[in-house]
Amino acid sequence: MSLLRTNNLTKKFGGLTAVSKFAMDIKEMEIVGLIGPNGAGKTTVFNMLTGVYKPTKGSIFFDGRDITGIKSHEVTKLGIARTFQNIRLFKELSVLDNVLVANHLRLKSNILFSVLRTPNYIRQEKHMYEKSMELLKEVGLDDVKDEMASSLPYGKQRRLEIARALATDPKILLLDEPAAGMNPQESFELMEFIHDIRDKFDLTIFMIEHHMQVVMGVCEKIYVLDHGVTIAEGTPKEIQNDEKVIEAYLGVD
Amino acid sequence: MKDKRKILTIISLILFVILLFIMNRTFDSYEIRILNLCGIYVVLGLSLNLINGFTGLFSLGHAGFMAIGAYTSAIFTMSPELKQMNYYLKPIIPIFKNIQLPFLPSLLIAGLMAGLIGFLIAAPVLRLKDDYLAIATLGFSEIIRVVFTNTQSLTNGALGLKGLPKYTNVWWSWGMAIGTVIFMVLLIKGSYGRALMAIREDEIAAEAMGIDLFRHKIISFTIGSFLAGVGGALLAHLLGTIDPLMFRFLLTFNILLIVVLGGIGSITGTVISAVVVTVLMEFLRVLDGTMDLGFIRISGIPGMRMVVFSALLMFVILFYQRGIMGTKEFTWDWILNRKKKYTQIKG
Repeated sequence: MSLLRTNNLTKKFGGLTAVSKFAMDIKEMEIVGLIGPNGAGKTTVFNMLTGVYKPTKGSIFFDGRDITGIKSHEVTKLGIARTFQNIRLFKELSVLDNVLVANHLRLKSNILFSVLRTPNYIRQEKHMYEKSMELLKEVGLDDVKDEMASSLPYGKQRRLEIARALATDPKILLLDEPAAGMNPQESFELMEFIHDIRDKFDLTIFMIEHHMQVVMGVCEKIYVLDHGVTIAEGTPKEIQNDEKVIEAYLGVD
Repeated sequence: MKDKRKILTIISLILFVILLFIMNRTFDSYEIRILNLCGIYVVLGLSLNLINGFTGLFSLGHAGFMAIGAYTSAIFTMSPELKQMNYYLKPIIPIFKNIQLPFLPSLLIAGLMAGLIGFLIAAPVLRLKDDYLAIATLGFSEIIRVVFTNTQSLTNGALGLKGLPKYTNVWWSWGMAIGTVIFMVLLIKGSYGRALMAIREDEIAAEAMGIDLFRHKIISFTIGSFLAGVGGALLAHLLGTIDPLMFRFLLTFNILLIVVLGGIGSITGTVISAVVVTVLMEFLRVLDGTMDLGFIRISGIPGMRMVVFSALLMFVILFYQRGIMGTKEFTWDWILNRKKKYTQIKG
């Protein structure tokens, strides 16, 4: 069943068309990649999907619902979580607090009940804590839960960001260059990790990635953007042999 | 372990109340006034820290909300005769003429009024960020002051209000201070507090985590204004006299000084620095007067102590950029762990 679908999605910044007529269809439990040279408009697609940018034209359907132009925090509430290309953790909060914050959107108590610590609130807080600890264990960060987020090494910060995104109970996870700055060994572990969380949380994953080994190894379907235009889509094998893709990446004489 | 900390907190609270009782008995009226001021500045410092330190909204409008609180509670607590005496140029609006309420309800109404105005101002102003927000809130605070100067039949204009009942005693000021500290701890340690701090750390990421930025900013700003209103009311009933000139930017600056010195985003830091700054402010009055250094006589320069405070502020900003406490808090664990470490080294 189709989970996230876009139709004729276009974004213009003044005279520049960053993304033009982008159409995609992601089915449940799929792992889909979005690749393209620098400046192709990949992150712009992500920003439109998550409500950061309003599309100039076109529409986005999530879980059978038109979500075009709704606010970013509402998109997250519906079940689309994301990570960022340049890690955006809450630097001065502890590792555990970073994940706990992402539970806040599901909190069913208002601020008064929270300050009064009603039994209902305490139950929710306990549930948040347990869920967050479980997620931290999943990404192997439970032993550093009290450290400040900014004190973690780069690779762990990436994993913390994924754990934080998972804490919002998403149906689909958008990963913006998760393997950036990782060595081959780490990227390999990341591929396994992505498969694991997909199966464990029944997730659909949509990722931007430059690291070809990761993309080809983990994705079942790939979209290729160049200058905002979709130049190819298909399985990794089809993409690898597509002439237009090779042209876009290597250039022509 | 958790129970141990709870017991420690309760014991120290009881000890503090006993201490207040003793101070209340032995201090002379001047010292008690300083003690009261300390409590009020704890409330005010925490309310500004909630907005500036925990939510990261650079607001400079505190004096305005204090003015609203001070005037509201003054109007509600004055007796009809006192009102007639104060409003001799232009009589007060008839509805308020015969109203007189006890202190507690007046204090609450003062807070609610300031909170309401804060809420109304927040909607347009919180669309701005950083220095623009600071300028806009500063502007609103000045607008409130100017409005109060010109609404003579409500606030008695530039003449001010005199002879207000002096309800504020050690129990009112420190009761409110302790209440505010407890409220802040419960708020900040809870889910909403984490959400506010997330907004401070990174707005884009906070929104991507499903936090409604606008709603949470408004909540923080409104609570901060409420507490500022309560603080303003306490101050009015401590001094007994208020006029619009009292609520100039300098008052906001004093509170900002407390927040910055104590640590932006630290509850205990604000409490410590509120007490230290208030006491120093009185202690350094010597500098304002004539000084005889034996070989040279310096005639008094009023405002000299503010120079000392400005220098102190610069020193702190240069060497402890995050204030005395930074975003850290004083906790029992901190002491207990130190003790443990110490005994480990010894043993």
